[in-house]
Amino acid sequence: MPWHRKHLLTIEELSRAEIEQLLATAGAFRRILDRKVKKVPALRGKTVVNLFLEPSTRTRISFEMAAKLLSADFISFDAAASSTTKGETLRDTAQNIQALNADMIVLRHSASGSPLYLSRVLGIPVINAGDGAHEHPTQALLDVFTMREKLGNLTDRKIVILGDILFSRVARSNIHALTKLGADVTIVGPSTLVPHWFESLGVKVSHHLRSALADADVVMLLRIQHERQAAGHFPSLNEYTSMFGLNKTRAEWIKPDAIIMHPGPINRGVEIDSDLADSPRSVILQQVTNGIAVRMAVLYLCAGGQPEHVLTPVE
Amino acid sequence: MSLLWIKNGRVIDPATKRDKTGDIFIASGKFVKSLTAAQKKQAAKLDARGLVVCPGLVDIHVHFREPGQTHKETILTGSQAAAAGGFTTVVCMPNTSPPADNAGTVELINNAARHAAVHVYPTGCITTGMKGEQLAPHGSLKKAGVVAITDDGLCVESNELMRRAVEYAKMFDLTVLDHCQDESLTKKAVMNEGTVSTRLGLQGWPHAAEDIIVARNIILSAYSGAHIHMQHISSAMSVELVRRAKKDGINVTAEATPHHIALTEEALGTYDTNFKMNPPLRTEKDRNAIVAGLRDGTLDCIGTDHAPHTPDEKDREFDYAPNGITGLETALPVCLDVLVRKNKFKLPYVIDLMTRRAANLLKLPAGTLAPGAVADVCLFDPDEIWLYDARKGFSKSLNSPWTGQKLTGRVKTTIVSGKVVYANGRLI
Repeated sequence: MPWHRKHLLTIEELSRAEIEQLLATAGAFRRILDRKVKKVPALRGKTVVNLFLEPSTRTRISFEMAAKLLSADFISFDAAASSTTKGETLRDTAQNIQALNADMIVLRHSASGSPLYLSRVLGIPVINAGDGAHEHPTQALLDVFTMREKLGNLTDRKIVILGDILFSRVARSNIHALTKLGADVTIVGPSTLVPHWFESLGVKVSHHLRSALADADVVMLLRIQHERQAAGHFPSLNEYTSMFGLNKTRAEWIKPDAIIMHPGPINRGVEIDSDLADSPRSVILQQVTNGIAVRMAVLYLCAGGQPEHVLTPVE
Repeated sequence: MSLLWIKNGRVIDPATKRDKTGDIFIASGKFVKSLTAAQKKQAAKLDARGLVVCPGLVDIHVHFREPGQTHKETILTGSQAAAAGGFTTVVCMPNTSPPADNAGTVELINNAARHAAVHVYPTGCITTGMKGEQLAPHGSLKKAGVVAITDDGLCVESNELMRRAVEYAKMFDLTVLDHCQDESLTKKAVMNEGTVSTRLGLQGWPHAAEDIIVARNIILSAYSGAHIHMQHISSAMSVELVRRAKKDGINVTAEATPHHIALTEEALGTYDTNFKMNPPLRTEKDRNAIVAGLRDGTLDCIGTDHAPHTPDEKDREFDYAPNGITGLETALPVCLDVLVRKNKFKLPYVIDLMTRRAANLLKLPAGTLAPGAVADVCLFDPDEIWLYDARKGFSKSLNSPWTGQKLTGRVKTTIVSGKVVYANGRLI
């Protein structure tokens, strides 16, 4: 089956087959990352622009690394120094970037739905690097990629996502990806941050940590951002940690071979004990490395590449 | 003396319980019982065969943006959109720049209204600058000609201030129209809170925020005896609260918009800002409750909340686009579709909701074809199917969720004070 999408906007709109294609392509690029010479010429002559209108370190650098390993030229657009602070609209900013001969735009924006909006305005591919509380598709792909690396098939595997679900785009993208792959997903956290509405997305909603963690194959922790939107949704970080923080005792509740994940940045001592974050069960840094391969796959496919050309190794 | 003879239409006038094929007669801007033989010879004739002839529609909730936001709409262009939609009497909200919280601004609006295509009435603010801090001079506003007071777009948050406002305004027989929204529950909210907002990652506006203020207003009305009108009811629970209050004899009224009876939050799946308004589109359950509220009289009338914004303003990220959609040119076909065709309301009843009942709420001289009344008439073809294109409409703005859609039922002629102001797609 050929890849036909030009944009990567959401996981929700992808079919299971498309997710498999992305993961398989990412697998090919992941093997390249283990070679001595990691660079491939797949996007030579193309220019990828990171349009990041919201702060980001990991995702921004990961996309930059991915673009460079594909031999693309790469420009990063710094929101603070740009004309958006002078009141230029997103449409105008993006059209100017397109007129500067960019071949792809990677967008990070605090407003949900803005990548879809931009995809309608522009003629070039738009990759969603996180939009508001909506989706963060490449994060979910790298998470799923890492889970499969560790656990194999995810069908009926019990995945627990713990933390601030309400404001989390990572949670939403993971929910879509995991349910499409047949996993059994439970979201857990304080009732104010894990509203019952999420059941409509095909997951179980829980506020009871022990029963939620029982027999989990994966625990994915999300960052608690008490300083931002979530303020007012729970009393304090201390209270959160005492009720929902993952510590050694609670880690006994999950399966012995279960893995612990976190999209970063971690609040050590808040959502997770430092020891656990650094333990062999934690795959947090593998997630980061896999993120490069996943983003290489996304850039490559949306630029018009086909999975079969990388699945039979390129030399 | 100008004479007009409208012949052979289906004449519907709920105020006089008329629904029969026949003629109506107009002399010097007023309806008359009949014309003499000599007058008939002289009169201009309008063939209304196949058309419904009803009182000009009345909308007690429009935003004409003048003064101060005339890039969106002016009293002239707004009134032309009204005429094209069959409306002959409209009531403007005071959230202009500056707001109509003083007699001078109301005077400015009234001056522009004199050149409008239809009857345009101003409202004044409840509080100075719509800031919710201090009462605006309701007495002076009344003298300047406002027909009601409201901080529409914003809710009067303080219970104490709202209590004083309704008690004070009652002295001038001014109805207080309230936009019911507890803002502490809707910070940064851009759509209904529920499964769709959860999926789209948009900040939710829980219906509880409306229900709380509706309940508050019911209690203040019961306590003070003042008439409080709830604007654009969007939630099932609010409908039920008003229903119970009316049963208890409390002096509250409420309106529904065409969009809240026709659409739900499901329409927001593609982040189309032409479906973004406040209060937001809600669920099918809410939509059905509003229709039921109109059916049993819990909700008193239709108000469009015609809220023009320019394409540039609407063409943005969903979070940043302003709230509001236009509605005057589509209200009648939308109500015919939802209420008459889909929910089997009787046509005269729907016309009543859009004419006499709306006019009576604010005691406006409109909403009937009775002899002696001002001759405002709407003639429409209930069955004509047409393609609505906002760019070909008369509002200055294009922000309609119905643009590009086929609508059934089309206004053919609009008459204001005996004069044809709109006919067959053209302003006269």
